[in-house]
Amino acid sequence: MSATHPISLSVNGEEISRLVEPRETLADFLRRDLQLTGTHTGCEMGVCGACLVLLDGRPVHACLTFAVQASGAVVETVEGLTESAEIADLQRAFHERNALQCGFCTPGMLVSAHGLLTRPGVPSREAIRDALSGNYCRCTGYEAIVDAIEAVARRRAAGESAVRFLEEPA
Amino acid sequence: MNAPLGALDRPNSYIGRSVSRPNAKRLLAGRGRYVTDLSLPRMLHAAFLRSPYAHARIVSIDAGEARAMPGVRLVATGSDLVKLCKAWVGTLDHFKGMKSAPQLPLPIDEVLWSGQAIVAIVAESRAQAEDAAEAISVEFEELPVVSEIDRARETGADRAASTVEDNLCFTSRLDTGGIDDIFSGAAHVVEEEFHFGRHTAVTLEPRAIVAGWDASEGKLTVHHATQTPYQFQDLYARHYGIPEANVRVVAPDIGGSFGMKLHVYHEDMAVVGLSMLCGRPVKFVADRIESFVSDIHARDHRVRARMAVDGDGTILAMDVDDVTAIGAFSTYPRTSAVEGNQVIRLMGAPYRFRNYRAGLSVVFQNKVQTSQYRAVGHPIACAVTERLVDMAAAKAGLDPATMRERNLIADDAYPCDSPTGYKFEALSHQESLARLKTLMNYDALRAEQAALRHRGIHRGIGIASFVEISNPSPAFYGIGGARISAQDGALLKVTPSGEVRCLISVTEQGQGTETIIGQVVADQLGVARERVRVITGDTEVTPHGGATWACRGAGIGGETALQAARTLRGNVISLAAAILQAKPGELDMREGVVVDAQSGAERISLAEIARIAYFRSDTLPPDASAQLSVAHHYAPQGYPFAFTNGIQGCHVELDAETGFVKILKHWVIEDCGRIINPLLVDEQVRGGVVQGLGAAFFEECQYDENGQLTNGSLADYLVPMACEMPDIVIGHIETPTADTTLGAKGCGEAGTAAASAAALNAVNDAMSAFGASIAQIPMTPPRLLKALGTI
Repeated sequence: MSATHPISLSVNGEEISRLVEPRETLADFLRRDLQLTGTHTGCEMGVCGACLVLLDGRPVHACLTFAVQASGAVVETVEGLTESAEIADLQRAFHERNALQCGFCTPGMLVSAHGLLTRPGVPSREAIRDALSGNYCRCTGYEAIVDAIEAVARRRAAGESAVRFLEEPA
Repeated sequence: MNAPLGALDRPNSYIGRSVSRPNAKRLLAGRGRYVTDLSLPRMLHAAFLRSPYAHARIVSIDAGEARAMPGVRLVATGSDLVKLCKAWVGTLDHFKGMKSAPQLPLPIDEVLWSGQAIVAIVAESRAQAEDAAEAISVEFEELPVVSEIDRARETGADRAASTVEDNLCFTSRLDTGGIDDIFSGAAHVVEEEFHFGRHTAVTLEPRAIVAGWDASEGKLTVHHATQTPYQFQDLYARHYGIPEANVRVVAPDIGGSFGMKLHVYHEDMAVVGLSMLCGRPVKFVADRIESFVSDIHARDHRVRARMAVDGDGTILAMDVDDVTAIGAFSTYPRTSAVEGNQVIRLMGAPYRFRNYRAGLSVVFQNKVQTSQYRAVGHPIACAVTERLVDMAAAKAGLDPATMRERNLIADDAYPCDSPTGYKFEALSHQESLARLKTLMNYDALRAEQAALRHRGIHRGIGIASFVEISNPSPAFYGIGGARISAQDGALLKVTPSGEVRCLISVTEQGQGTETIIGQVVADQLGVARERVRVITGDTEVTPHGGATWACRGAGIGGETALQAARTLRGNVISLAAAILQAKPGELDMREGVVVDAQSGAERISLAEIARIAYFRSDTLPPDASAQLSVAHHYAPQGYPFAFTNGIQGCHVELDAETGFVKILKHWVIEDCGRIINPLLVDEQVRGGVVQGLGAAFFEECQYDENGQLTNGSLADYLVPMACEMPDIVIGHIETPTADTTLGAKGCGEAGTAAASAAALNAVNDAMSAFGASIAQIPMTPPRLLKALGTI
């Protein structure tokens, strides 16, 4: 409806420059303009957590952030976190524990879990459940997700590291 | 009874083993391919202008300004689409006397609920389509809103839809006779009026569809986020007059379904027509607010029920009246009467009593349709029965567990039937109860409850037995005239490299269908699981079948895969025998290698057999038949349904000052017959329990008296979250069905079937210290405070 604005930002380590409408959200920008469809939109009002991405290292709702607000920022999505293997241990634990069913909430869950586990110490189950209170999952009933995150917290505390998730056998 | 050791239980069997889902890795890497992600060349986007009124006549539509707006390619109304699409009516023949108004993609003169789509706008982007929708003006003439179920049924009441003569969609009665006499002679009678709120599926991926009409081939391709691609292939073909072979429906990754995505939605039917009018692919994704006002809702029952009990606590009879409101139409093609029908037929199902009377009234009103959602009817029947059992136990002076021990059907009483006509092959209610008491340490919990009550801490313990309907035969829909298949089909192929592809009609929504089918095929064929690729959800390549609903994926799909794999195995071994000049009976296939059955010595690999069959058929003996692909169909036979059973326990703590309830823990004993993958079964049960707890404590679609949904957003409608949910402990009993070789029954509804009943009993148990009770879900803090007399 109005003139487009130029933006430049880093997305998953790549420098990106585009013209965007002022009303375009970061979620729509990632999904439509960059085809990074791992970021999902479930409510488009910042409640369900399916659209969480890292913006300058912090989890933010891509549906509540305008693309123009992300100009100059560093954005990481589930695709980038997978490539860099930063969340490989979380992905492996989710896979082993079947901590996902339809998978629509999963990228946001991984971003929340990643944010939680960057803090020091091993969180309690209650703390994990609390940290996920901005992430809806309709399939699993949450317990397997809590289990997976708890297992990774313990493994990280024990100094274990994970190989790249995608290269492991199914 | 546990499953006997047999051919399916040999060491290293894939059947019964917890293995991870190969297809989950893609989803974890952000590489899922949902319909919401799909973008096709020249694709347009649809948005809909919706009715602000619950009931109104459309006087005029002015879309002139919208048509001229940037990016707009088409504005279409009901009059445009009726030229292409035949109307549909949501009735089934075996529901005698059922009626419902004909439906069209978009209405022509009457809107029947607030949120009904009226005008479609197709534009280059969704935002442009929404901009144009705002420029359309519709003149309405408001009509009376039908909402309240008793007033709706009065003679001469305002009608929810002017094309139907009254607001009664369907009624049904069951009566074994002599009920009034039994009640008047009973030592104890308990009765209650129950209210079950409307709630909705809230799949995290909303409904999504991309329809593309190719006039050059006369071919329609629909990418549709649905459980049932074959059903939609049939419906699009018949309602748009396209040969079925020219309609392809693809269901890729689906972001949750739970029964919600197998119904015909007006927008989805409209999108097919819009793509024909535009000659380009058209995409529609419901936003969350649209989902709340147009996805089917579930439940919405008022049940008046009573139970007669003799002096020692034996249940004598139940007498039930269920009134359920379904919106202005009955949903197509499965109708909105199945839920109520199952409510009155599942009442009391775990118990021995033989005397039963029930009435069902299915009522129209001006709200969005209700229809089948996870555990259709089960939670209502279970909550009513189990609450009455607890009330009767109190009257008879029995502990709730003792009351159930006295009344549950004995495990050696099978086969038997229910007073409502259901036939039970083999269930395990008594063992389930005994196992639950041990699992939850029932007696210690009761002692702790008594001790804490002295300290002003009010905990409650609730238990609920249930049966679940799974593996439905054509008795479900086929006999009612609906073209919904009860059979499934599989196409199993050995590739030239000796790998295996299984194309099967059951579908995947994350529950693990593809994984268990892969386990069954690998196990029964004798190859490594990693060598089997399972493909689902595309009518162009997979055989026609029922797909995934009503807990039929493992039981019917799994048996289809088992029989197909055994046939293919026979073909492979025959061919190997011809190549090796051996007798087929002397050979076996293990881990992709044909071996001597006695010694296990390797004879020839499947890859080598395939190489010879595909590339060197000249070296085969002249009478050898290399049939390395098998097409196989299986339809359930024997019992009309494979019933499963189980029991749940719920432990809560009630804060009587605030009305808040903390769910401390939840337990489930579940008997789904043979378990193919314990990891996946447990997760089905847990997910189901949480949906049941959502209904018990949080979820409700709230309407005002004008038929307006007042909480249609995820900020207002409460979905259970991680911090509110308990850990859920699960135990299993395996009573396989003898109707199939595999012996598997369903497990997807079990959690939802009884979780709200167990929670209702737990909360009432906690409230009993105050002499208060509640018979309505969701049990919100204000309702609990009212029940306690605090407000």
